[in-house]
Amino acid sequence: MAMVMTGEVQLPASREVVYAKLNDAEVLKACIPGCEELNKISDTELQAAAVVKIGPVKARFKGKVNLTDLNPPNGYRISGEGEGGVAGFAKGGATVALTEKDGGTLLTYNVEAQIGGKLAQLGQRLVNGAAKKIADDFFKNFAAAVAAG
Amino acid sequence: MSATGIGAAVRRKEDFRFVTGSGQYTDDVVRPGETRAVFVRSPHAHAKIKSIDVGAARKMPGVVDVLTGAQLATDKIGNLICGWMIHSKDGSPMKMAPHPALAAAKVNCVGDAVAVVIAETYEQGRDAAEKVKVDYDVLTAVVDPAKAQAPGAPQIHADIANNTIYQWHLGDAKATAAAFAAAAHVTKLDIVNNRLVPNAMEPRAALAEYDVGTDNLTLWNTSQNPHVARLVIAAFVGMAPEHKLRVIAPDVGGGFGSKIFIYPEEVVCLWAARKVRRPVKWTCDRSEAFLTDCHGRDHVTHAELALDAQGKILALRAKTIANLGAYMSTFSSSVPTYLYATLLSGQYDIPSIYCEVDAVYTNTAPVDAYRGAGRPEATFVVERLVEVAARQMKIEPADLRKRNFIKTFPHQTPVIMAYDAGDYHASLKKALEIADVKGFAKRKRDAVRHGKLRGLGFSTYIEACGIAPSQAVGSLGAGVGLWESAEVRVNPTGSVEVLTGCHAHGQGHETTFAQLVSERLGIPFENISIVHGDTDKVQFGMGTYGSRSAAVGMSAIVKALDKVEAKAKKVAAHLLEAAEGDIEFKDGKFTVAGTDKQAAWGDVALNAYIAHKFTGQELEPGLKETSFYDPTNFTFPAGCHICEVEVDIDTGKTDIVNWTAVDDFGTIINPMIVEGQVHGGIAQGIGQALLEGAVYDKSGQLVTGSMMDYTMPRAHDLPSFHVGMTETKSPSNPLGVKGCGEAGAIAAPAAVINAITDAIGTEDLAMPATANAVWSALKRATPRQAA
Repeated sequence: MAMVMTGEVQLPASREVVYAKLNDAEVLKACIPGCEELNKISDTELQAAAVVKIGPVKARFKGKVNLTDLNPPNGYRISGEGEGGVAGFAKGGATVALTEKDGGTLLTYNVEAQIGGKLAQLGQRLVNGAAKKIADDFFKNFAAAVAAG
Repeated sequence: MSATGIGAAVRRKEDFRFVTGSGQYTDDVVRPGETRAVFVRSPHAHAKIKSIDVGAARKMPGVVDVLTGAQLATDKIGNLICGWMIHSKDGSPMKMAPHPALAAAKVNCVGDAVAVVIAETYEQGRDAAEKVKVDYDVLTAVVDPAKAQAPGAPQIHADIANNTIYQWHLGDAKATAAAFAAAAHVTKLDIVNNRLVPNAMEPRAALAEYDVGTDNLTLWNTSQNPHVARLVIAAFVGMAPEHKLRVIAPDVGGGFGSKIFIYPEEVVCLWAARKVRRPVKWTCDRSEAFLTDCHGRDHVTHAELALDAQGKILALRAKTIANLGAYMSTFSSSVPTYLYATLLSGQYDIPSIYCEVDAVYTNTAPVDAYRGAGRPEATFVVERLVEVAARQMKIEPADLRKRNFIKTFPHQTPVIMAYDAGDYHASLKKALEIADVKGFAKRKRDAVRHGKLRGLGFSTYIEACGIAPSQAVGSLGAGVGLWESAEVRVNPTGSVEVLTGCHAHGQGHETTFAQLVSERLGIPFENISIVHGDTDKVQFGMGTYGSRSAAVGMSAIVKALDKVEAKAKKVAAHLLEAAEGDIEFKDGKFTVAGTDKQAAWGDVALNAYIAHKFTGQELEPGLKETSFYDPTNFTFPAGCHICEVEVDIDTGKTDIVNWTAVDDFGTIINPMIVEGQVHGGIAQGIGQALLEGAVYDKSGQLVTGSMMDYTMPRAHDLPSFHVGMTETKSPSNPLGVKGCGEAGAIAAPAAVINAITDAIGTEDLAMPATANAVWSALKRATPRQAA
């Protein structure tokens, strides 16, 4: 099933700093809830593993993450797909745009994702809420990481 | 009427073991050394399988073996088949795509099995299944039957263009078109018959055992028809010769059609049991059941009714697209054709009918028979058309029906069926009284005062049960005969065992069949056992579905009892030293006409076996007779259901406040069981109308895949039903019975939707009529509701 989500977050740093953090695997790993592994294979390709729990379905997703449409310091597109074994699969991406605002950076994101298998069968009613929570947690962590310099 | 004979409300024999938890279901059967099968299923609706890596799974603790579709093909295990041939308008045969028990090259729906783990325990099997790595190349899916034939739609099976299985038709297109051209009034409707998930209480299960010493295979499974399962698995799948395969369907907790079919899992369990040389058990969990049990209904229809100025129906025509899912299940082809279009005449004298049906593949679970199978879809079309036509022509709906009822029998419809008996006025009249239709106007006015809209909906349905005779269904494409067998074994002490080819999975055959024997032989109900569901005990049978067990199965018992009585009279004649022609049998006693000589049933039974009073040349010892009974026609149960609803104007929530069901099932064997069947059928029909609907998203994910999202009817959704009966005996079988198992599910959806649309004043409402759907329909119809 398909899902879309949009949002924005104000960050207390310049676009250059935010953009650099968005490309830093260590920062992303620390910020993504449940992330166990995030290894850069190249500048635009990462290998990821994360544990995700949606309603009654808990699974470890493994997959590749790609960074495309790189446009420093204005934004990029991050996309990926992961397999969660019998829990099913998830794939999707987010377009991230950075604009100057109030001396800091306004980050806006547009996420579209698709899930399948047991996740869709059992968790679909909970997916939007769970995705919102994951996004909120990520940006809370990310804002803290940016603030910490 | 005796206390345990025909017509008595005898309590069900089988309920003691069911309510005390001592039933023996497939999962309860435990064999020494038993292993568990866990299936690896596709999370994608449509994908090519690039590779399957079972290496890591094999190394997991407790794993006995991991098997894939490639090995299945190597072992030459054949595909599952659909056993009813349908020909398209152009004469070409239906296009049946291969259905392997494990997909090897391509998956076509979410839940398609690609591998199976055989492990010591269920938990170990599940853990290992997670380690099976399948690399998929995901393809675009199509789930909507109305879009499956479109140019550019994803092609699901090679060589099957436009995903079209057949383009079938029935009736006279020309005569129908001419009638429409001359009509004073035409009613048109677009109808979606929502897709349903059966959800029997006991999920499917299979346990297979291979005996190395004898080369015999045994399968315990949740089948409604074990002999047909054995035949298909032997003759088409090629698992083992028929005489080397025993199928046992023990207690089965509900079927509703979904357990008629031969499924991949039981084939895989048999194959695996022989490979690993240990028993293999699989028990479906509820999530698997949602994905893999055959679903029901799923029609998209445009229908039209032509009437003259006086409200006489001139013609009916319909164009239906039927979704058969990813593969053709065992009887799937017959459901939207000969079980659907043949009932489009309803209870009405309609001179011309023409129906076209396109069956299509989609990336969804297979669709096959589900309680009513084709007849609920037909009834919904006919009864919605008639109700809407009445409203449009400003004729009372009951009155329009009366003007068009068939009054004389037999009646040949333009769509094959020859109705043998019925009295549609009688059931309508009785229903109008019970439902107090006269008082409805006042109840409607009263309801408005507390913010509710009241509506009344009729459904004067007809169905065809006990599908037969074999010669007729054969001419329509059936791959099997639809007779039934019975064997009556009288023991030396006079107790009786009846072996039947029917199968009980909730119907209460152990009770009703025993009532028939008790009535006929005059022996105590307790002295009779009904044996079914084991191919080693019962020679052959066609199982239970289509409300056939009374009409066909019990008729076979009657025929066998006729033979038993004839033989017993011969024995009695020797015992009583009288002429055979003078022997009379009544109330369990043999008497000699004009004398006081008599012999009890038990004495005659004993003498049949000890054979002291006759020589082997005069009479064969023993008392056991068999019958294979093939009826002369379908039976045609019919009736009138009236639904009264209250719709909350603010929320759209519908409450069913009154339900009247008056049915004509012919002779009633056990009124309590019949009433129970009516209640259950109505509950499922109301479920379809108000609550249930299987929804796939565009990518083919089943988003109503659990009880959280797929709403089954619960007690508080249902009113207390008012059930009444009328009776015209079926002339097509010796008991005059018609069948009652599906009537409620056939009648109910149209009655509910007719009632709600009456309440809200718009016909623009699809099933399930959830509060949201009704509220939205009310909003769309605002101008009329504003007052």
